Amino acid sequence: MSIETLPAGNALALESRGLCKSFGALTVADNIDFRLERGARQALIGPNGAGKTTFVELVTGGLSPSTGQIVIDGADVTDLPQAARVKRGLARTFQITALFRRLTTLENVTLAIAERDGVAGGLIRPAGRHNRVIEEAFALLETLGLAEDALRPVSALAYGRQRLVEIAVALGLSPKVLLLDEPAAGVPSGESGLIIEVIERLPPDIAVLIIEHDMDLVFRLARRITVLVQGRILVEGPPDAIAADPQVRQVYLGEREHGRGGR
Amino acid sequence: MATEGLVRPRLKPAPRAPLAPQQAIDAFARRHRYRWWEALPWLAALAAYVLFPSYIPLGAQILATILFALSADLVLGYAGIVTLGHAAFFGTGAYTAGILAAHGWGEPISGLLAGTAAAALIGFVSGCIVLRTTGLTLLMQTLVVATLLYEAANKASWLTGGDDGLQGMEVWPIFGQFRFDMFGRTGYLYCLAVLFLCWLVARHIVHSPFGRSLTGIRENVRRMHAIGAPVRSRRLIIYTIAAALAGTAGALIAQTTGFVGLTFLNLDRSGTVLIMLIIGGVGRLYGAFIGVPLYMIAQNRFSEIEPVYWYFWLGLMMIIVVVFARGGILGLAERLRR
Repeated sequence: MSIETLPAGNALALESRGLCKSFGALTVADNIDFRLERGARQALIGPNGAGKTTFVELVTGGLSPSTGQIVIDGADVTDLPQAARVKRGLARTFQITALFRRLTTLENVTLAIAERDGVAGGLIRPAGRHNRVIEEAFALLETLGLAEDALRPVSALAYGRQRLVEIAVALGLSPKVLLLDEPAAGVPSGESGLIIEVIERLPPDIAVLIIEHDMDLVFRLARRITVLVQGRILVEGPPDAIAADPQVRQVYLGEREHGRGGR
Repeated sequence: MATEGLVRPRLKPAPRAPLAPQQAIDAFARRHRYRWWEALPWLAALAAYVLFPSYIPLGAQILATILFALSADLVLGYAGIVTLGHAAFFGTGAYTAGILAAHGWGEPISGLLAGTAAAALIGFVSGCIVLRTTGLTLLMQTLVVATLLYEAANKASWLTGGDDGLQGMEVWPIFGQFRFDMFGRTGYLYCLAVLFLCWLVARHIVHSPFGRSLTGIRENVRRMHAIGAPVRSRRLIIYTIAAALAGTAGALIAQTTGFVGLTFLNLDRSGTVLIMLIIGGVGRLYGAFIGVPLYMIAQNRFSEIEPVYWYFWLGLMMIIVVVFARGGILGLAERLRR
């Protein structure tokens, strides 16, 4: 296997090289060479079972690859656990909302910021005296329009706003790379505009990878699109090219026909 | 295909927040401030000392058991670690203090600290193993640890007295001044003072960033991993601290009653402390202060009135709590206040 070696300090925020993962005879990631540039707005799409979730797990460290490498900001993190990758600037959100439901919105974000700053294990000073952490968390909620919900438990928030808190917790880590796993999943279409707006306003230096089913959202936000099919990258390019690509059309239309036939 | 028919909903800008940053900070800071009702348990304990002199020995046991339940609350209520082996640490503390006192070292404070340290050690070592798992597997493993210790204490009868229990403890006066009297007054105040100090420690832990991160682990462990928290070491630290406090509780009971037996280590002990905690309310720091006295006083009264069937009444009490007061008595109080 020849792996292209890149000099340190290259423009890539995230990269996978020859990434493979199989469970027994089932190959779920098949030699994925993926690149995400700094400040990118990229989407990863693909039909159900294409291996999108597996890819996210491989990148974040929930799964370890059979072969291949994960590189974050020029550093090989393949053998590092999840927490160490987060420290290197990798943050993610979850397709199925994964928040601290009984804690307040403010506290959800505070926990992330405290981890980022390395003060979360502290036993001496009460959490309530970490003013800088709390102030920053509150300011972040303000920019996302969540300030009025700051002191309410997350479980009391409307689902669309919970999806925003998902993003807020990840942003609390001040990431270099942000993986948004179906950020608008389960949100009624009337409310998804709010989420799109927040993603549009994300700081330009963060590299954003959106894993998404919702094509409207993908084509509005992404400047590049990667299409994953059966664990491989089928094609990658700007939105226009992807929308016009006959292979992509076939995969999606083909899948649709199958889906109809199955039901 | 997908760009067509795209609607671009125009949204109103987010409504201006009525909340100022300072208010948010204050809301956070308020949580670790002492409130007036936090004095109530201590006033009640002092009042009981004056008003019910004949119940002082029972009172001392209640105070020590509150500490035991408080330590269980740290692991179960805060870190979300479900354990059925918490008696392992209670028993370790009790046997350590007891064996020292039976073999010529009856100085209570150092005995107490030795019991605490021994329990912390057992907690740390067993925690390294059992905390690799979660859920039912973890539950079974905590049970195994307690059972192993139980059998070890049973076999090592030359040291522990085995089935007969540890005999001949001699506990010296506290600070060389205050003798453990036959009415249990010294023991009561000793337990009260130790409980108070340990409560201060537990309260401080709960309100520290570390304590808050434990509630994060309880609420959503996946998310804690995703924000880069060292989940395993945090769980191990609180498990060790809780084991230490359980050991303190065990040593207190050993020193004040002058006896240690195998029941200090059995499953019944681990289960009962959870029941007492659940009655009071889990994850609230004060559940132990309500559940333990209620359970132990009820047990005491029922067993006098109904020497044979008293367990029935305790069972009934438990069912009532589970059906009508999820979250325990404190949970019920919180709901009523809203």
